[in-house]
Amino acid sequence: MKSPAIEIRQLVKSYQRGGESVPVLRHLDLDIAAGDFVALMGPSGSGKSTLLNLIAGIDKPDSGKLLVSGVDIAQLSEHALAHWRAQNVGFIFQFYNLMPVLTAFENVELPLLLTPLSASERREHVLTALQMVGLQDRMRHYPGELSGGQQQRVAIARAIITDPRIVVADEPTGDLDRSAADDILHLLTRLNKELGKTIVMVTHDPHAASFASHIQQLEKGLLVHAIPTH
Amino acid sequence: MGSRYFLKLIFRNALRQRLRAALTLVGLVIAVMAFGLLQTIVQAWYAGADGASVNRLVTRNAISLVFPLPLNYRDKIRQTEGVSAVSYASWFGGVYITEKNFFPQFAVEPISYFSLYPEYRIEESQMREFLHDRHGAVIGRRVADVYGLKVGDVMPLRGTIYPGTWNFVIRAIYDGAQPSTDTSQFFFHWEYLNETVKKTIPRRANQIGVYVIGLRDASSGAVVAQRIDRGFENSLAETLTETEKAFQLGFVSMTEAIVVAIRIVSFLVIFIILAVMANTMAMTARERVAEYATFKALGFGPRFVMSLIAGESLLLSLLGGAIGIALTYPLAREFGLAMGTLFKSFTVSSETIGLQAGISLLLGVVAAIVPAIRAAQGSIVDGLRHMG
Repeated sequence: MKSPAIEIRQLVKSYQRGGESVPVLRHLDLDIAAGDFVALMGPSGSGKSTLLNLIAGIDKPDSGKLLVSGVDIAQLSEHALAHWRAQNVGFIFQFYNLMPVLTAFENVELPLLLTPLSASERREHVLTALQMVGLQDRMRHYPGELSGGQQQRVAIARAIITDPRIVVADEPTGDLDRSAADDILHLLTRLNKELGKTIVMVTHDPHAASFASHIQQLEKGLLVHAIPTH
Repeated sequence: MGSRYFLKLIFRNALRQRLRAALTLVGLVIAVMAFGLLQTIVQAWYAGADGASVNRLVTRNAISLVFPLPLNYRDKIRQTEGVSAVSYASWFGGVYITEKNFFPQFAVEPISYFSLYPEYRIEESQMREFLHDRHGAVIGRRVADVYGLKVGDVMPLRGTIYPGTWNFVIRAIYDGAQPSTDTSQFFFHWEYLNETVKKTIPRRANQIGVYVIGLRDASSGAVVAQRIDRGFENSLAETLTETEKAFQLGFVSMTEAIVVAIRIVSFLVIFIILAVMANTMAMTARERVAEYATFKALGFGPRFVMSLIAGESLLLSLLGGAIGIALTYPLAREFGLAMGTLFKSFTVSSETIGLQAGISLLLGVVAAIVPAIRAAQGSIVDGLRHMG
């Protein structure tokens, strides 16, 4: 077993709804090894997106331990957490979340603006990332001029541009047709296998989940079982 | 984040909803322009008082300005300690073609009067011509421009206080030493008026409206005024002497309510555009909740999100302000011309420009405050849900 990139112990998260506390995650334990590709599956309301948000550091647990690469991110301040996210997490969203006023090149460059890299160094990195996702020839296009699959590939290039340890993907193929979805899933597999990225993906689609090395099934805020896919 | 990148983002964001941005900009331009024009009207109202000299006093009848003073007060005033020069003037109140063409007309003793008003610049040759012609008149540049008059033209005035039609020949046109100098006046020989009055209304002869007094020392105004008034206590026509500024403000105070109303309207215009601008920024921020959440997820801080909103708001308000300020000049010029000689001077002051610029800046900041704080404080998770 590889060393865990993500170590979760007794994680509790609930939301306030109409003055009532609704538990979403109930004392959840989970280890994800470095370089693993995990698919989180489960019915709506099972807590899989909440778990992904907590791992990505965009939400905070009520209690429990959440160690990512040895850092207990639940203890970090908002400012420190933002800094941590910029360095350690790449985001892939269902609806791509690209900035419509920026070109593909500028969208990919965005996370690098938080680094001390020079403009020429940034350009070099962006071109490499765009080349990797096969969109170098579309770098001057705005998101509105690209297909859904192409937009998601731009989002993947943006997610890996800072060379993060972890990539989180929330239904990355949910808005794509089968062919474009397969392209994206193959790309994620390459990121995992060739670049050694730890990938955590939320999906409803068993076909998409089959690309992961493990599937973690959640129900009512608890892990019910883990299924190795390979 | 690089400032070039940041500015690019702000510019492109501002132009995303072109119709909304254009309409907001038009509103801002109109509001800033209207504010500038209304402020210029208020300043024009006070122009006479602002242009008053601290070296001059005005003595009038203590009962009311409509009552005259005897001409023989002149020598006694001249002998008063602290007085360097004395002149006098009578309000003529004539009508040039129609009542709409209003401008002040005074019968003056020209040599002493113009020496007390060095800010009225008259060519020496024209002055000589005027002094030699008893029917001659001196008009201000503004009167000449508005009514298309030039030296040599005959200018008939229909008397309202002094009956009959009075034909004057324009012998001189004066310019102001400062842009704020009142050049909307008309002067002619008091002697001409007095001789005519002697024949037509003898009981009104040898009377003047006000004395204009030059001071040896500008700081002694109050003391000299008291001395003059004390000299005429218990006489048939007691005097009231005040500084020229106080005298002019006395006229303005009669119309104070109008000035206050104009001021209120000018600030109401700004308040309305502030509401429009704040609504625009609130709508913009609401539509981009997911984008701001994405920025924050990627590691950009709340301050960055705030500055994106504030930057866009400031870009719109400052651009609207700049265009509004630029258009205030031609608007004020046209308005001033349409008003004829009603206002002594109608120029957009640097103070008005400063106010317009300051208000544009303030509009940009205030309109952005609420949406910027909301966007900065909003949760990333909630923001990202807006997309899906």
